[in-house]
Amino acid sequence: MSQEISLMKGNEAIAHAAIRYGVDGYFGYPITPQSEIIETLMDAAPWKTTGMVVLQAESETASINMVYGGASCGKYVMTSSSSPGISLMQEGISYLAGAELPCLLVNVQRGGPGLGTIQPSQADYFQTVKGGGHGDYRLITLAPNSVQEMADFVSLGFELAFKYRNPAMILTDGVIGQMMEKVRLPEYRRRRTEQEIRKQCPWATLGKTPDREPNIITSLELDPEIQEQNNIRFQNKYREVEKNEVRYEEIKCDDADYIFVAFGSASRICQRAIDLAREEGYKVGMIRPITLWPYPYDIINRYADKVKGFLTVEMNAGQMVEDVRLAVNGKTKVEYFGRMGGIVPGPDEALAALKEKIINA
Amino acid sequence: MLQEILISGFGGQGVLSMGKILAYSGIMEDKEVSWMPAYGPEQRGGTANVTVIISDQPISSPIVSQFDVAIVLNQPSLDKFEDKVKPGGILIYDGYGIHQPPTRKDIDVYKIDAMDESMKMSNTKVFNMIVLGGLLKVSPMVKLENVMKGLKKSLPERYHNTLPLNEQAILRGMEIIQLERKAE
Repeated sequence: MSQEISLMKGNEAIAHAAIRYGVDGYFGYPITPQSEIIETLMDAAPWKTTGMVVLQAESETASINMVYGGASCGKYVMTSSSSPGISLMQEGISYLAGAELPCLLVNVQRGGPGLGTIQPSQADYFQTVKGGGHGDYRLITLAPNSVQEMADFVSLGFELAFKYRNPAMILTDGVIGQMMEKVRLPEYRRRRTEQEIRKQCPWATLGKTPDREPNIITSLELDPEIQEQNNIRFQNKYREVEKNEVRYEEIKCDDADYIFVAFGSASRICQRAIDLAREEGYKVGMIRPITLWPYPYDIINRYADKVKGFLTVEMNAGQMVEDVRLAVNGKTKVEYFGRMGGIVPGPDEALAALKEKIINA
Repeated sequence: MLQEILISGFGGQGVLSMGKILAYSGIMEDKEVSWMPAYGPEQRGGTANVTVIISDQPISSPIVSQFDVAIVLNQPSLDKFEDKVKPGGILIYDGYGIHQPPTRKDIDVYKIDAMDESMKMSNTKVFNMIVLGGLLKVSPMVKLENVMKGLKKSLPERYHNTLPLNEQAILRGMEIIQLERKAE
């Protein structure tokens, strides 16, 4: 980690972290509120220094298919967009998952549906963790709640993606993308040589060598017997991810009677709401899922025996609340509070909702 | 120490950059900072606003509903944010764009004629630095030397020749800000 402290936007932190991680290629198309990612990359011109390719594609569809091409060669490749653009990429994401290609995707969410608004939202939770594209697949999903985590999750995302040969997504929103905070960027790493990539990714289509059969990257398998085996292999891999990679943060849960569950920017709002609640004498804590898939069901389930209720706070119509209800399984009260359409709730609203829906209900 | 500050005005008045300089100044004092802009189409001419938080402790929410200090530089901003100042807090407004002055009696109201002053200084670009000076006078949350360091850090090098002018504007702002009404 670099010792120097910078003040920058979350979007800018992602761009700088990508260059420093030794990413080979970024392909993207501008859209608010994440355009600073490609702007920062273009400004930094890493093709002159690390050799990283930065390309503004003609569309989001082109971007995601360029990612498919780069990932097939074992390269560290990524794209970023915001909600409507990510919708356009869903076919490609399903193909990436079906071809078991590692890559990093970034969704700086805005309010939908449709073109919606350019203001922050968390309404792509379902799309990201329950599917989005077609077929039985999963996206490793990381939800940063600070500019520092925007920088840190670039390397984490690539590590997990390559560990499991699966696309990883940073699911964030206009608040974290646009806000400036202090950040320490990671140290520069050299980009991998072709030899290193061949060693790390023996499956990569970098050109056949005499000692092996040709590598084929495809999601197509017309023989259902074989395709089912592929599906079983994917599912086994997903169970491994669920076993090993659940990440979450517990805040003041030890003595809590009530627990907020919130991710990303909503978790920052809840952190303040917890302080306000405790000033009034209510023992409130929070579980913040850091991975949205795999989801931290177990820890929520364990607290379900101890607390009087959970409130999810989400910038959507109530999506993650379904996973919290699955985790709690009827043991105690689970309610949702949120705002939609690009409205960001304040900490006082979150606390008022906790009182109305849980504490005094 | 926790200061939650709102700065709001027309796009192009330097609202966002004033917030950025304030945030940088906080970093120079080893404080925690956050800078959260309204990033809508407002940037291009409507009302623009930014929330800056400076704190000794890690900052929880970058979004807050009430502010210790609100700096409002046009009428729509005053209309929108007068109610959002915490009781006992501070409201600073520029006389130039305001036809209906603030009415609350439970906050300290200050007036700064920064637009007029910047015209007198023949440089309307230093308008936001005059306002910043006024803020530092009534709520000295960061030291002037650290503001200058922060300014140096946030300005591209090709503008570093304007640092003395900016400092002059900050000092002028400290002189011309006036208490209009103390909280009752």
